[in-house]
Amino acid sequence: MNILKNILYLLPAAVLCVGCTAKEVPSTETGAGVHAEDQVDENLIVVGVSQVGAESDWRNAHTESIKSALTSENGFYLIFEDAQQKQENQIKAVRNFILQEVDYIVLAPIVETGWDAVLQEAKDAGIPVILDDRLADVDEDLYTCWLGTNAEKEGEDAGHWLEDYLKDSGRDQETVKMVTLQGTLGATAQIGRTNGFSKVLKEHDNWEMLEMMDGDFTQAKGQEVMEELLKKYEEIDVVICENDNMAFGAVDAIKAAGRTCGPEGEITIISFDAVRAAFDAMIAGDINVAFECNPLHGPKLAEILKTLSEGGKVDKIQYMEEKYFDMTMDLESIRETRAY
Amino acid sequence: MSSLKKLTQKRLFLPVFSMILVMLINVIYDAACGNAPFNFFMITIKNGVLYGRLIDILNRGTEAAILAIGMTLVVSSSAGTDISVGSVMSLYGGMCCMLLAGFGNVNVSSYAVPLIVGIGAGLLTACACGLFNGFLVAYMNIQPMVATLILWSAGRAIGLLLCNSQIVYVRVPSFQKIGGYVGFIPTPIIVAALCILVASLVLKFTALGTYIQSVGINKKASRIAGFNSAKIILLCYVICGLCAGLAGMVATSRIYSADTNNIGLNLELDAILAVALGGNSLGGGKFNLAGSLIGAYTIQAIDTTLLALGVSTAQSPVFKAIVVILIVVIQSEPAKEFFKKMSKRRAMAKGATQA
Repeated sequence: MNILKNILYLLPAAVLCVGCTAKEVPSTETGAGVHAEDQVDENLIVVGVSQVGAESDWRNAHTESIKSALTSENGFYLIFEDAQQKQENQIKAVRNFILQEVDYIVLAPIVETGWDAVLQEAKDAGIPVILDDRLADVDEDLYTCWLGTNAEKEGEDAGHWLEDYLKDSGRDQETVKMVTLQGTLGATAQIGRTNGFSKVLKEHDNWEMLEMMDGDFTQAKGQEVMEELLKKYEEIDVVICENDNMAFGAVDAIKAAGRTCGPEGEITIISFDAVRAAFDAMIAGDINVAFECNPLHGPKLAEILKTLSEGGKVDKIQYMEEKYFDMTMDLESIRETRAY
Repeated sequence: MSSLKKLTQKRLFLPVFSMILVMLINVIYDAACGNAPFNFFMITIKNGVLYGRLIDILNRGTEAAILAIGMTLVVSSSAGTDISVGSVMSLYGGMCCMLLAGFGNVNVSSYAVPLIVGIGAGLLTACACGLFNGFLVAYMNIQPMVATLILWSAGRAIGLLLCNSQIVYVRVPSFQKIGGYVGFIPTPIIVAALCILVASLVLKFTALGTYIQSVGINKKASRIAGFNSAKIILLCYVICGLCAGLAGMVATSRIYSADTNNIGLNLELDAILAVALGGNSLGGGKFNLAGSLIGAYTIQAIDTTLLALGVSTAQSPVFKAIVVILIVVIQSEPAKEFFKKMSKRRAMAKGATQA
């Protein structure tokens, strides 16, 4: 046992000596299935990815996308570490990446704080760090760039979609009365989506926001709040739901009150997230449009890494391209391709 | 005067009074806004179903009311609370939807097994949870809050496991019916009415209520008197589990999905509060089921009122807390003493002037 232990300790040291000349990846304590014998092709870009975990479908799609983009065919050597939703695992993974002398570290931080020390270590080792999905609350010098979703842009996009939609149906001069079912107050998605939509709202004098009420991102609360809004306001033209679940609740409340919604109905429903069930609702004609929070970070990540390795510069803040889906598209076939 | 006095001395006077007070806020608000003053109490038929805020209170208060039945019995018999009911509701949802959809399916529009099997298995699971809690409390002598803490934390997690950590949708009309309408009446109201009816009939025509109260007042004495105290406590927990299952049935059918993270969230606290608002002592012993039920609907009335007033759900707990404090203080013994003294003094003053 002792001999084995010694070898384990010696391995990283040995690699440190040869690491400068040949790209060799030593076995790690966490054992990512990489063996010391594995000679990595000189031309491959070695990337260490520290993922949060596998807590949701969104996260699984996110992982899958990264794995399928950073393949050896595309010129990458990927070391993937699942932190199982523990920050200490992520810190350990980053330290291992530094030890292994990877070319780039991609970190999807589970929380915003507590990264200063380990990112400083990475910086001292001269390894660029790319933050993915969530932002870390550290000095800007400590990371090369951040790739994430822009909830505010989602809100803005929704506003512009509504603009076009009203124009197409010839209602752009009418007074349009709307309500918003907000997410849990203070959540990043809630703040961004509300602010984004408000920007567009201000540009239109004929858009009237009757009330914004918070629906906790849940279907039951969304339904209850919508029932109340329907009682309070005789006339509602547009309902903005800051996630799909609240939209489902709102649709039920509207139907129970004997009103109609969706493209054929009197109330237009705008939703966010675009999960699979939202596609079903759109196909059924209950929801008009759903804006997605794109989990497929892989291709964009690969692009950034390629640019960096060719000596190029990238913007500090990189936003994912967000799409939306409405009745004009072939929803049935898109639904089949949805990973979550 | 004497008839008024008789009225105020009735046990249910204060709970009912509190409820009316809460609703009065709406009358004042509506009047201040220039609406018809009784806007809040208007019941109309819209789209072929009953429509109005009172109906909302009855409808949305269903879960808390059903839970309050079980909670009242548990509190009375074991002088402790069952804090697992919210999680058991969620577990019912997970079990029922998993069976109906088939494991791993997220969105179905037809049943994998007959509806009755899903509901039956869900209710059985809930009863089993009650049995587990009851066993720990009655036979292992573990404090109720500690014993039920186990399922409070585990129930939701088991539900999530059953659903493969996803929200399972069962989009079948007959499944949604339980959370929807029968004729023009919301089904949850009917479910609540049935539960209340059965509970009150059992308590009225059997000696169960007396047994429970006697065990709650003095467990040892009741055992010496010939009651099987442990069995009665166990039974109360099983009934509480069943009630949680029924509440879960309504909550799950309302959103036709097993949103295990959110079904019944914090509802155990509402149920306990309902028992307290109904004038029952959380120390066990004598209980008043009608009081608990009024308490449950009072809580819902506060919620609906706050929604009607347009208070954000993020801030409403603050207002809810204020109202609850007032109600509890009004019903406390020192406050009752104070009111009694006041009325006595007034009577004496009156007597003095007459003399």
